Amino acid sequence: MKTKSPSEMKAAVQREKKLGLATRDAYGQVLVELGQADPRIVAVDADLSKSTKSGLFGKAFPDRFFNCGIAEANMVSVAAGLASCGKIPFASSFASFLLCKSFDQLRMSVANPSLNVKIVGSHGGISLGEDGASQQSVEDFALACALPKFTVLSPADEISCRALVRLAAEHVGPVYIRTGRPKAPIIYTGSEHFQLGRANKIVAGEDVTIIANGLLVWEALVASDLCRERGISVAVIDLHTLKPIDEAAIIAAAEETGAIVTAEEHLLSGGVASRVAQVVAEHHPVPMASVGIADTYAESGTPAELMEKYGLTAKHLVQAVESVLKRKK
Amino acid sequence: MENGTIEQLQKKATLLRKDIVEMITAAASGHPGGSLSAADLITALYFKVLRHKPSEPEWSDRDRFILSKGHGAPALYAALARTGYFPVENLKTLRKLGSPLQGHPEKGKLVGIEASTGSLGQGVSIGAGMALAGRLDRKDYRVYVLMGDGEANEGQVWEAAMFAAHYKIDHLTVILDCNRQQLDGWTAEILDIEPLADKWRAFGWQVIDFNGHDFGQILKAFDEARRTTGKPTLLLARTTKGKGVSFMENNLEFHGVAPTTDQLQASLKELDR
Repeated sequence: MKTKSPSEMKAAVQREKKLGLATRDAYGQVLVELGQADPRIVAVDADLSKSTKSGLFGKAFPDRFFNCGIAEANMVSVAAGLASCGKIPFASSFASFLLCKSFDQLRMSVANPSLNVKIVGSHGGISLGEDGASQQSVEDFALACALPKFTVLSPADEISCRALVRLAAEHVGPVYIRTGRPKAPIIYTGSEHFQLGRANKIVAGEDVTIIANGLLVWEALVASDLCRERGISVAVIDLHTLKPIDEAAIIAAAEETGAIVTAEEHLLSGGVASRVAQVVAEHHPVPMASVGIADTYAESGTPAELMEKYGLTAKHLVQAVESVLKRKK
Repeated sequence: MENGTIEQLQKKATLLRKDIVEMITAAASGHPGGSLSAADLITALYFKVLRHKPSEPEWSDRDRFILSKGHGAPALYAALARTGYFPVENLKTLRKLGSPLQGHPEKGKLVGIEASTGSLGQGVSIGAGMALAGRLDRKDYRVYVLMGDGEANEGQVWEAAMFAAHYKIDHLTVILDCNRQQLDGWTAEILDIEPLADKWRAFGWQVIDFNGHDFGQILKAFDEARRTTGKPTLLLARTTKGKGVSFMENNLEFHGVAPTTDQLQASLKELDR
């Protein structure tokens, strides 16, 4: 048997990857709980309720669930009508279809009058895997963030998903929540505090801060472990709310560590990298590097293969950390 | 207006038409043709059909009205002002910077506006959602949506038509202001959407085909819609674009061009006759 080096042994005991529910499953469960507590909660879906998990709500409350068929534009405007009469509609479909097919309905039916509609896009990013580019969503953050007064959320695991969906239901105003298809590694214990617009610092560090959301939060944690073995101290922030962005947390990270790496399962344009860079550039310029999807659509493959091929793993984050450190004064 | 007789409604419609041409001339931009074609339908709604309280615009039991063809805004604004939602003199701020009277209606900017429209095709869906909310709350308010025939080019309209029929939303009435023209020309030439009555019937709607400038027929159609159960109703109102001002009638130039001051004077003179 090959003997492990001390650092390898340290890494092995440091972080055990425990897979929890997919965030879409956590969403479906908490939506039922919300429905039990508040009769104003209603749900609409576009013939994907088995996949988005809004079907759980439909089973529990058949009178308050409206399957709109494969007609996303109508669904979003129906949700707007429900909201304008006092309901709290959750409209679910795949992230790609919701944002791309119904963008004008999100713009004029929902965002313009700032209605209390919750848009939940499952199968976010590319980690849904084999179904390929038409079902994957690499531009939903950019589109959702472009809608005035929208709150934009991307939970990292089932625990944060439950908390954020509850907060979204309490918040009066339009919200977009991205959920994911694969089981998500557990990040949180359940005792953490969540607040919309307030990023969660998960790991403290001195040399670089990784600011991530969604599944990339786990990769950031692994990257911070790998960096520690190399003598680099990396802080990790879960930017679960992309909009309104937590400027204070980003400015503090820039001040404290002097270098920032962003990480997201999204195009490098219009998501975490762009939005964090704007805050950093305006308030406290420091060297930055970003991990995300280059200017392209992805393809079919297993989730792990895709995350590797499109550069979204801890290994890629370590490379980004090393590159940004070279530019740090 | 209590017990609006046909004669009283005709007078109100003339008043609205004068407001429309005056507002659009003052704004120096806007859509006279489609506002005038809808003027009788909107008059019937606001002065006779709708259950509403202008002094209490957020009354939860009110009937809802959505102008899905948002470019007809001047007709709606005139009806809101003339029924007391806001002072009539505000009409002259149409399209001016800072005015709540936006070029197309926006919910939250102006009292009495139920949805932000102007991007065509969304009103029927929004109205369906409102009617479903009423059903869940066991309220008996009705929802009226006025759309254009050009607007029926939009795919979302037909998504909404399927949806409202499937869910048997009988408290939803859609009025189709069929003035036979759209921006680029006659609908029959741009993208022919006839036979409209057959299409809506095939989608599961009750359809009433009538003259949208004859108050007797208009009121009868609304009555029939109210009595219809188990399905939504489409009121196919046959109208004339620019109705009431002879040189604007069926004149494509007045789809989206404001009258000159001379044309305004001629319009007012004709409407006063």
